[in-house]
Amino acid sequence: MARSTKYLKIFAYTYLIFLYAPALLLPLFSFNASQIIAFPLTGFTTNWFENLLYQETLHEALKNSLIVAVSSSILATTLGVLASRSATRYDFTGKQISLTFILAPLVLPEIIVGVSLLIVLIQLGLPLNLWSVVLGHTLLIMPFSILIMNSAFNNLDISLEEASMDLGENQFGTFYRVILPLVFPGIMASLLIGFTLSLDEFIIAFFLTGTDTTLPVYIWAQFRFPKKLPTTMALGTVLLVVSLILLSLSEYFRRRAANSQNSVL
Amino acid sequence: MTTLVEVQDIRKSFGAVNAVDGVSLEIDQGQFFSLLGPSGCGKTTLLRLIAGFERPSSGHLLIDNKPMDDVEPNLRPTNMVFQNYAIFPHLNVEQNVAYGLRKKSISKIEKEEMINQVLELVGLSGLNQRSANALSGGQKQRVALARALILKPKVLLLDEPLSALDKKLREQMQLELRHLQRAVGITFILVTHDQEEALTMSDKVAVMFDGKVEQVASPRELYERPASQRVASFIGAMNFINGTVIEAKDEIRINSEIKGELTISRSQVFGDLTKNRIIIGIRPERISIISDGSSVAGSISGRITDASYFGETTYYKVACGKESETLTVSAQNSSGQMDYKIGEKVELNIDIKSLVGFFG
Repeated sequence: MARSTKYLKIFAYTYLIFLYAPALLLPLFSFNASQIIAFPLTGFTTNWFENLLYQETLHEALKNSLIVAVSSSILATTLGVLASRSATRYDFTGKQISLTFILAPLVLPEIIVGVSLLIVLIQLGLPLNLWSVVLGHTLLIMPFSILIMNSAFNNLDISLEEASMDLGENQFGTFYRVILPLVFPGIMASLLIGFTLSLDEFIIAFFLTGTDTTLPVYIWAQFRFPKKLPTTMALGTVLLVVSLILLSLSEYFRRRAANSQNSVL
Repeated sequence: MTTLVEVQDIRKSFGAVNAVDGVSLEIDQGQFFSLLGPSGCGKTTLLRLIAGFERPSSGHLLIDNKPMDDVEPNLRPTNMVFQNYAIFPHLNVEQNVAYGLRKKSISKIEKEEMINQVLELVGLSGLNQRSANALSGGQKQRVALARALILKPKVLLLDEPLSALDKKLREQMQLELRHLQRAVGITFILVTHDQEEALTMSDKVAVMFDGKVEQVASPRELYERPASQRVASFIGAMNFINGTVIEAKDEIRINSEIKGELTISRSQVFGDLTKNRIIIGIRPERISIISDGSSVAGSISGRITDASYFGETTYYKVACGKESETLTVSAQNSSGQMDYKIGEKVELNIDIKSLVGFFG
């Protein structure tokens, strides 16, 4: 018993190191004084981070990314709330199959999704711009949004809705005064995870973006210039930290969504 | 007494299951009315039909002479106390209680006064700001009551409101609910599977089996004159003895097991008088053990085969004649009461006047 837990521990730590050590190299080199990404380290500098402040195309890309991330997370969460609400409360034909299709992007290769969307948009004669990226990202975020909202709605006791109706509220008032506040942590979790996913997403953005690049696409483009590599690493470090913060926040809300309702009964 | 709630031949089916199967009831203004029955008998569905959460498959419902067929639950003059209380977890006590007041045009001061009044009524004074999650089961129950009562409904519906409480608190709440109902004068309709609860609290009880109402009567009538063997065995304990009818006129002469020939009045029997077979029911407390062991006229000899001690009473199983013919007898453990041993021979005296007979 004790022995098997020991091996299990070794396995777990190896796994974690393998997973995160490369990511830790990013901040390490972004503070390294040398332009060349190689050991040994030559000295400490914050130059590369300062550089970030003067890259106009970077700022443009950041703005684009924020627009896309905010729009697609709001869009996906709104749709997710509606879909989960109907999936958890009502029975209708085709429910299971439509849920399966909404969740499919979870397992579909992004490159396939990206190419397909590109073909469709071109065939329809629609322009490629930030809004096509928003649509692509919404498709990508929807599964996460639905999974989070499903658990939030499943925890919702139906008698609370009935109590509200019984006390004189109509459907809309009940949604606004009871359902929404109770699933709010779930909504926050969905927004945050959607924002993070969109902010970091490269493949779909690469296919669907026209001339307006998003941040990951900008980073990809920067790799052509070896001189800019440390600055790009600094940018990567910032993105890494921001993503971690957002994901932790989202996890916090997700747990609150589960707890706040369980403690009721 | 005026009729407030009228249930007219209501049916409700879920798929192939008839949860409520042709129920008609009249519930009076100011009455404490209970729907009693085993789980799955349709009592909760009937309550939900009255609240408007379910729509009848057929039949009609009138409250205060107004048809409720197309009235949404939020527009009905009913309020409900849910089995799990359904307290809004994101609101505090005061916000929960005031939930239904939003659409009423009353001033803030008036509102506050109403809240404090109703909280005092249910015994929660001063807990206005307490968070819903910090409430005990009994307190949640009271908040649920206050939240409903503040709207002054014509009918208050209670769905097994005491089932989640422990025995002591449940008994206390039974009394409180009864007092509360008298104080506010609102018609209460209570759903319960606990016969004791129904008997102690209600003015009138409807006993339901398989979606149908089997008997509507006052608690005393229900207990002493149950209309069927099913009702009799659901409400309290009862001994059943087989018998055959010798003669059925104003009085009914019966030849029964254990007791032999006996005569009971026509008001004591239920069912089809032309039938030959009859089942006689007798409550355990209507059989007394003659304490000095002497046999008197009409007494039955038996032997104690089992004794269960319940504090204030002891239940004895007494084999009379054949081992299979066993009567349950209860004896109050008041002072001077004998303690009988298993195997002891005793004489039993049956109170013929409290017998009931069911033809079948």
